[in-house]
Amino acid sequence: MSAPTNVNKAVSRAKSASGKLTTPRLLLLISGLLLALFAVRAGTGANDLTSAGQIGGMLGLAVPIGLAGLGGLWAERSGVVNIGLEGMMILGTFFGAWGSWHWGPWAGVVLGMAGGALGGLLHAVVTVTFGVDHVVSGVAINILAPAVTGYLAKLTFYPVVGSKQSPPLKPLPTINIPGISPWLTGIEKHHWFAISDLAGILGALVTGLSILVVLAAVLFVGTYYLLWRTPFGLRLRSCGENPTASESLGVNVYRYKYIAVIVSGALAGLGGVYLVMVSSNIYQDGQTGGRGYIGLAALIFGNWRVGGLAMGAGLFGYTDSLQLRGSDAVHALLLAVAVLLLGIAIRMLLRKSYVGALFSLVAAAMFALWFAMTKDVPAQIVSTTPYVITLVVLAFASQRLRPPKADGIPFRKGQGK
Amino acid sequence: METTTSGRNPRARSTRFARIDWEKVLLGVAAPVLAVLFAGLVTAIVLLISGKNPVLAISDIFSYDVKPDSTVYILNRGTIYYMAGLAVAIGFRMNLFNIGVEGQYRMGAFFAAYVGGTLHLPGALRIIVIIVVAVLVGATWAGIVGVLKVTRGVNEVISSIMLNFIATSGIIAFLLQPGRLAANNPGSNDVTTAVLPTSAHFFTFSSYGGPIWGFIVIAALMGVAFHLVLSRTRFGFDLRTTGQSDGAAQASGVNVKKMIVTAMLISGGMAGLIGVPELLHESFSYGLTFPQGWGFIGISVALLGRNNPVGIALASLLWASLDRAGGQLTFDGFDTEIVGIIQGTIVVSVVVAYEVVRRYGLKRQQQKVGRELAAQSGTASPQQKEAAA
Repeated sequence: MSAPTNVNKAVSRAKSASGKLTTPRLLLLISGLLLALFAVRAGTGANDLTSAGQIGGMLGLAVPIGLAGLGGLWAERSGVVNIGLEGMMILGTFFGAWGSWHWGPWAGVVLGMAGGALGGLLHAVVTVTFGVDHVVSGVAINILAPAVTGYLAKLTFYPVVGSKQSPPLKPLPTINIPGISPWLTGIEKHHWFAISDLAGILGALVTGLSILVVLAAVLFVGTYYLLWRTPFGLRLRSCGENPTASESLGVNVYRYKYIAVIVSGALAGLGGVYLVMVSSNIYQDGQTGGRGYIGLAALIFGNWRVGGLAMGAGLFGYTDSLQLRGSDAVHALLLAVAVLLLGIAIRMLLRKSYVGALFSLVAAAMFALWFAMTKDVPAQIVSTTPYVITLVVLAFASQRLRPPKADGIPFRKGQGK
Repeated sequence: METTTSGRNPRARSTRFARIDWEKVLLGVAAPVLAVLFAGLVTAIVLLISGKNPVLAISDIFSYDVKPDSTVYILNRGTIYYMAGLAVAIGFRMNLFNIGVEGQYRMGAFFAAYVGGTLHLPGALRIIVIIVVAVLVGATWAGIVGVLKVTRGVNEVISSIMLNFIATSGIIAFLLQPGRLAANNPGSNDVTTAVLPTSAHFFTFSSYGGPIWGFIVIAALMGVAFHLVLSRTRFGFDLRTTGQSDGAAQASGVNVKKMIVTAMLISGGMAGLIGVPELLHESFSYGLTFPQGWGFIGISVALLGRNNPVGIALASLLWASLDRAGGQLTFDGFDTEIVGIIQGTIVVSVVVAYEVVRRYGLKRQQQKVGRELAAQSGTASPQQKEAAA
C-alpha cells in the first residue's frame, strides 16, 4: 500500500518542482521571449514591434487594464468576485472628467477614484451585507453604472457642450528625462539587433511618461507589499481562502471584505480616470469599451497574483496597441507566435510529451503558413487576441490556476461550518 | 415541496395547499413590488435633486403607455425581451449564469440574416431556414461554453464574457464588411447583409396602434413550453435538481455533465432566436445598426421575473413600457436617461429584495418546523430546539 503512494508523492513532487516558476526561471523565460521578439523584428523589418511608440502605446493601453485587474485582485483575494469592475470603471470616467473639469486634473483623479469606490461600496453592501450572488450583483452594477453616468453627463455636460461629451480636459503632468530621450531615439534608428530594441523600450519609459503610469506602478508594488507582506494583507487574503477560519481567529471578515471591495472600486475608477485624462482628454459615453472585463481576464491569466496580472495586462496592452500601429507589425507577430510555438514543441519533445509536441508543431506550422501566405492581419481578428488567449489559458492551464478558495461564495457571519 | 407530505385526507391536503401557497405567493410578489416601488422612490429623489417634478414624470409614464401605438410598441418590444429573459432563465434554473446571451443572439441573427438573404428560397421555407440557422448558431456558440465547463472546468461566466467579445468585436465585425458577407447599403452609411424579400416577412396582427408582431405567438408558445418542460417532464425535474444540488442530482443518477451541456445548448438556442423577430419584422437585414444589449436586458427581466415564465412576461412588459416612456419624457423637459436609472435601480434592488425575502421565508419555515416538532414531542430536547432554530 505504502510503496505506490510514495511513488505518487515523489512524482507529484518532481512535477511541482519542474513546473514551478522560480524567479531565475521567470527572468530566463522573459529574456528568451524578448530575444525571440527582437529576432523576428530584425528578420522581418517590422520595426514597429519594438519601437518606442509601440512600447509607449502598450503602456498606455496596459495601464487601465492593469488597474482594473488590480481592483479585481483586491476584491477576489478577499473572496468577493467583482464582475462590476466595468461599471466602477465607468463611474471613474465620469467623475474623473467632472472633477477635472471643475477643479483641475488632480481633483479629477481623486473624484474618479471616489466614484469608483462608491460603486465598490454598493457592491459590498449587496454582496457582503445582503449576501446576494456576487456575479448577479456585479452585472446589476454594470447595468446601473452607465445609466447613472449617462444621466449625469446629460445633466452636466450637455448644457455646456451640446452633447454628452465633456469639454477638453487639462492634462496631468508627464515626465521627461532631458538628454536621454534623443540619444535613445538615435540608437533606435540604427535598427541594431537587441540594442536598438532595448533603446526603443527604454525610450518609451523616459519620454512623455504620464504621472499616472508611475502611480499605477507604485500601486502594483504597494499592493504586493500590502497583501503579501503585512498582517493586514494576510487577514484580507484569509477571508478569501477560508472566512470561517479567519472569523474564528477574531478577524472581522465583513470589514475586510468591505475594505477590499471599496479599494477594488477605487482602483477600477482610477483606470477610468486614466482613460479620460491620459488616453484621451474628454469624457464620452461607452469609453471603457469592456476594459473592466479584460482586466478580469488579465487577473485570471495572472493566476490572481500581482506579477502575473502585470504580465497579463502588458500582453493584452501590447496586442491592443499593435492593432493601432498598422498591419505589418501584427503580421510579423504571426512569425513570433510560430517561433514561440516551435519553442514549446521542442520543450515538450524533451519532456517526452509527444502528442503535445505534435500539436504545438502543427500549430507553429499553421502560424508560419499564415505568415507566409498573407500580407496583413485584419484588425478585428487582432482585437480578439486577449479574449482568445484567456480562453486558451483557461482551457489548457486551468489545473495550474489557483483562485482564492472561497472566491465567490457568500459568507454569513456566525453561520460557518 | 407542498406535495411531498400530502396526507391521504383530501381536505387536509387542500387546506395545506391554501395556507402555504398564500404565504409563498405573498412573499414572492412582495419582493419585485418592493423593488419597483423603491426604484420609483430613488428616481423621485434624483428628479427632485435635479430640480424636476417627479409627479409629472410618473403621470407621464402612466398616461403615455396606455395609448394604442404605445401598447403595440410595448407588446412588440416585450416579445423580444421575453425571449431574452427565457433564454437567461433556463440557465439560472440550472444554476448556470449565461451572461453570453448577448453574443449568442447577435451571432444567431447575423448568420441567419446572411443565410436568409443569400439563399433563394420560397417565403415560408426561407423563414424556417432563418429560424433554424439562428437557433443552431446560438446553440453552437453557447455549446462552446458548456463543453469548456465540463471538459476543462472553465467557469461559464468568464468564458461567455470572452466569447461575447470574440463574437461581436471579432467575428461579426470582421465579416460584416463590404466584400465579405455584407455590402454597403445604398442610400445610407450602413453596411448590411442582403435585404430579405417581402415574402420572408413574418405575419402580423393589425390593430389601431399599428401591426403587432406575429412573433408574439412564438414567444408565448416558448413560455408555455418552458413551463411545461420544467415542471412536467423528467428532463425538467433533472434540470432543476441539478441546479439546486449537483451532488444530489449525481446521486440520483443524473449525468450532470451532459445536463450542463444540454442546458447551455437550449439556452443558446433560445438566445439565437432573440434577434429573429427584429430581422423578420423590422430591419430585414443585419447591419451596423442592429440593436445590441438585449442579452443584458434578458438578464434584468429574468432576475426581476424570478425565472418564472409569468414573472418574466410581466417584467419584460414593464421594461418595454419604461423604454417607451423614455421617448415621451423628453417632450416634458425630462432627460430620457432617467429611464436607465429606473431600470438599473430596479435590477439592483430586486436582487437584494429577493435575497432578503428568501432568507425571511427560510427563517419562518424553520421556526414553523421547530414549533411543530416541539408540539409533537411535547417537551423537545435541547438538541431538537437547536436544530429547529
